[in-house]
Amino acid sequence: MAEATANGDIAPDEHRSASGQLLAADGTPLKKSIRRSEARARLRAFLLVAPLLIFVLLSFIAPIADMLFRSVENEIVADTLPRTVEALDAWDPQTGPPPEPVYRAFYDDMLEATELKIHTRLGSRLNYEESGMSSLFRKTNERRLERFDLDQPLQPQFVDLDKDWGEVEPWAVIKTFAPRYTWGYFLQAADMRLTPGGVEMAPEFEQIYLKLFWRTILLSCTITLSCLLLGYPVAWLLSNLPARSANLLMILVLLPFWTSLLVRTSAWKVLLQEQGVINDILVYIGIVSDAGRLVMINNQTGTIIAMTHILLPFMVLPLYSVMKTIPPSYLRAAKSLGATDWTAFWRVYFPQSVPGIGAGAILVFILAIGYYITPELVGGTDGTFISNRIAFHISTSLNWGLAAALGSLLLILVLGLYWLYDRIVGIDNVKLG
Amino acid sequence: MNASNDAFVEFDRVQKSYDGETLVVKDLNLGIGKGEFLTMLGPSGSGKTTCLMMLAGFETATHGDIRLDGRPINSVPPHKRGIGMVFQNYALFPHMTVAENLAFPLQVRKMGKDEIETRVKRALDMVQMGDFGGRRPAQLSGGQQQRVAVARALVFDPELVLMDEPLGALDKQLREQMQFEIKHIHEQLGVTVVYVTHDQSEALTMSDRIAVFNDGRIQQLAPPPDLYERPENSFVAQFIGENNTLDATIAERDGEFVKVEFVDGSTGQALAVNCGGPGEKTRLSLRPERVTFAQPGEWGVAGKVKELIYLGDHIRVRMQVLGNNDFVVKVPNASRHATLSVGETASLSWVAEDCRALDAA
Amino acid sequence: MSLKLKMMMAGAGIAGAAVAGAAYAADELPACEGCADSMTVVSWGGAYQNSQQKAYSEPYAEMTGVEFVWDESSNEAVAKLRAMAEAGNITWDLVDVVASDAMRLCDEGLAEEIDFDSALAEAPDGTVATEDFGEMIVSDCFVPQIAYSTTFGYRTDVAEWNGETPDDICDVFDLEAFPGKRALEKRPINNMEWALLCSGVAKEDIYDTLETEEGQAQAFAKLDEIKDSVVWWSAGAETPQLLADGEIVMGSTYNGRLFALIEEQKQPVAMMWDAQVYDLDGWIVPAGLPEDRKARVMHFLKFATDTQRLADQAKYISYGPARQSSAPLVGQHAELGIDMAPHMPTNPENATNTFLYNYEWWADYRDDLDAKFQAWLLR
Repeated sequence: MAEATANGDIAPDEHRSASGQLLAADGTPLKKSIRRSEARARLRAFLLVAPLLIFVLLSFIAPIADMLFRSVENEIVADTLPRTVEALDAWDPQTGPPPEPVYRAFYDDMLEATELKIHTRLGSRLNYEESGMSSLFRKTNERRLERFDLDQPLQPQFVDLDKDWGEVEPWAVIKTFAPRYTWGYFLQAADMRLTPGGVEMAPEFEQIYLKLFWRTILLSCTITLSCLLLGYPVAWLLSNLPARSANLLMILVLLPFWTSLLVRTSAWKVLLQEQGVINDILVYIGIVSDAGRLVMINNQTGTIIAMTHILLPFMVLPLYSVMKTIPPSYLRAAKSLGATDWTAFWRVYFPQSVPGIGAGAILVFILAIGYYITPELVGGTDGTFISNRIAFHISTSLNWGLAAALGSLLLILVLGLYWLYDRIVGIDNVKLG
Repeated sequence: MNASNDAFVEFDRVQKSYDGETLVVKDLNLGIGKGEFLTMLGPSGSGKTTCLMMLAGFETATHGDIRLDGRPINSVPPHKRGIGMVFQNYALFPHMTVAENLAFPLQVRKMGKDEIETRVKRALDMVQMGDFGGRRPAQLSGGQQQRVAVARALVFDPELVLMDEPLGALDKQLREQMQFEIKHIHEQLGVTVVYVTHDQSEALTMSDRIAVFNDGRIQQLAPPPDLYERPENSFVAQFIGENNTLDATIAERDGEFVKVEFVDGSTGQALAVNCGGPGEKTRLSLRPERVTFAQPGEWGVAGKVKELIYLGDHIRVRMQVLGNNDFVVKVPNASRHATLSVGETASLSWVAEDCRALDAA
Repeated sequence: MSLKLKMMMAGAGIAGAAVAGAAYAADELPACEGCADSMTVVSWGGAYQNSQQKAYSEPYAEMTGVEFVWDESSNEAVAKLRAMAEAGNITWDLVDVVASDAMRLCDEGLAEEIDFDSALAEAPDGTVATEDFGEMIVSDCFVPQIAYSTTFGYRTDVAEWNGETPDDICDVFDLEAFPGKRALEKRPINNMEWALLCSGVAKEDIYDTLETEEGQAQAFAKLDEIKDSVVWWSAGAETPQLLADGEIVMGSTYNGRLFALIEEQKQPVAMMWDAQVYDLDGWIVPAGLPEDRKARVMHFLKFATDTQRLADQAKYISYGPARQSSAPLVGQHAELGIDMAPHMPTNPENATNTFLYNYEWWADYRDDLDAKFQAWLLR
């Protein structure tokens, strides 16, 4: 068949179409036929992964995309007050309160908004930027707007309703947050403020998020380190014990997984609090005085202890699976070559366990950085994480835009650290088993 | 066989038990001379590797002393014994290059950089691996890894090198070549080698002396020819080389020889090596190549041909002789020999010196 | 507002012996046409939810056969309702929330506005609901149920106090006379008011002061004095547990929790009622329920918030009924058999100095002050 591809003057046979294309047994061009069969294989492969793909899309990609969108989305102002936003466009906050047309536009917008009962929602939104907007909008309700005399100037009537409507601030806030997309949440998440005059750093005594991010990273590193220090010997023991004792020890290591979070946390409180078991024992044997009981809970120590306990298995398991593959003969070889126990460990065993350390450290660190229930329960004030603020903004303050911005920053942070890790250690150098 | 006073390595009444119930090494006495190539040979579980590990310091003797150059080393940790060791799977450190592997024992001895470089180069050249210093072990073939492992065990000039089945993972051809190379290095350096293997041909090829281990004891310690020609008990006879056994009862003793009575009542002569007095059972050991077909009129026992295997230079004949169905005779493929056929009966003969009366086992 | 509320609620104290309220006979409960036959009610769990089940849902279920599903999600009800509304699938029928959350839900359009006089039962004497609840109605969407207070409990066995006991809110800030750890809630609400009160601001000026940066600084400065001795709580159960364990010597929490600690668990703890802060808890109906479910909820709501039912709840927990007409009906604890009136936050002896949580003000300043409060905690 090889010569048939190019030569047109060879008489067509049953394997070849008039145009010289190769034909499959059923008469279709061979290329098309191959494409079709490949397409079928591709379709089958796609159908096999489709359930997972759909699951990942719906449960992972979509929420993340939604979060990223929410962190910049700000349509409520322009949607609720379209005319006002337009009228404010020409207004400069430096010149004092806005002119009468703005009040007219605002009156029309609010009349519609109050009828739909969405004006309070806008108030809640703007209250995140300026305290007092919530009640200002709630006060400016349908009943009171209907009493306005439209033949008179509206500004005095608004001022009459609430003197704040005669000030610059509320209008400046509306104008600043009029665009449909805003960096305001991200700025806030970085302790900055969007003001009519531009971006400003928040006052020193209100700065909170950068500190929390920093603390979250620091505590997560500490937790990762203490997991490593505690987990390494355990993993080593596990990988060197006979199977039966190793299984028993493994069950002990996995125990934190099998107890409920609240039981675990309560247990830590009973152990660590000032009148708790550990302090009682220390006082009894005279290491600390009754007045000098150690404070081990409701602070960073509490968070570190409790989270190390919870996350320890995530360090031990990858370490164990890597150590299991290091034959004991390496240590013996090193010793026979004259290395002391420590040198043999440090120069021969330890470098080979690095992939396990990498995997365990990444796992523990990423899990730690997103934890919030445990820090909330045992962390007091200085042992809480940025995730606690995210949870607060999701469930209590309902400032989901800020929560989304904080979450996005956390995501970026984790990805950045992951990139850094890849650059320094190499992600290929990670072995989960 | 007892340890001599001038031995370089000495096991003195050494016992080892892991569980406190059974002894894996029972009352071991062994002296190894300086510069000697001694092989510990035996089936798995015979205690040979345990002995090696005790010598290296990775296991402690339950009882008895191990001495190195006259010094007891029971309480000396492995890294202070100065013994080179080649492991079964080479144990080359995967995260270091070949050169770094070789430099490791020198670095822990705090040698200078230049000296390390010289020595590493010399050791690599010795095993013809001079160009491979920058490679990682995973980039080497099995034979190359083996050479590096040998070079690493020797690079710090130990006086004693232990090798734990070092060629086990290589294919036959490479193994034979490496046997030769290791032997060559041994002769060149004059280092003492204790070699553990379960491969008897390896042991026979390389060793000055072989200690045959079974059941936690040394069954026989002898140079290879002695071990083959003059096994002292039926285990050694059976373990080393091919062997025919015949069970018999001692009829009477006759100086160096004994007269034995076979199961069918016929009698024969054998060399009294390790057997009891008249009336006691014995097991006769006879190498296949020492059996001949009896000339007419000569003494002989009847055997029935069961199988013929043509092997070119000789023919292997499996026969039924005195109740033993696996009695093997090697017939040289010479023209003067008459052809045999399966089912034929023939008369077999041997000289009494080749037939060794051993323990009945 | 607070004065009137106080007078009104004081009725509970006078009541003393309970007038046995007429129980609903099955035929008195109007039939519910086209109503769903099950409903999901959201509450706080624990003793409080238990009191609601005993007083409201169990009798109602007995009369109507309606099946109740309880969900203990009240502390995150606002966020969950908002998520449900965004997803267009509201699975809750009736939600128990505190008044400030109800206002939020109302502002966000997530809670149904209630026509109180037509939706709720009249008092036995014919007073309409709006009058019977009176000033308790703080939001168009919120049907008040009980008044509770956030106040202090202290241990009665602290040797260092030399027999003194705290009876003034400022004793909380006095580490010399009353050394030891205190528990305060990890949020600005209440703490800021107490701090200002004890730094010399008059009660009626507190919110005006707190609106200014100087006022806030003044409150934080007062809190700074005890900051190192404070354990911050975020769940109402923490303070009673800390008191019982001896971890703290005094702490703020809901008065019902302290009642359980003192009267049921018999711990050496006593109440300090000074400057207690009244708050309200009640029902909201999620906006946008299907007709049949809404009909069922409104039917139940009318029953569960009538004069007798609200009084019944006080048999199980020491919170004051939100209806004026219920006060005289408050009787004895269902299991302990003690008079409940002296344990009500509104008992005249307890209510000599009280606060009413200022919903409007906190709705405006909560986010701002909370950020400042958290930043202060970090310092």
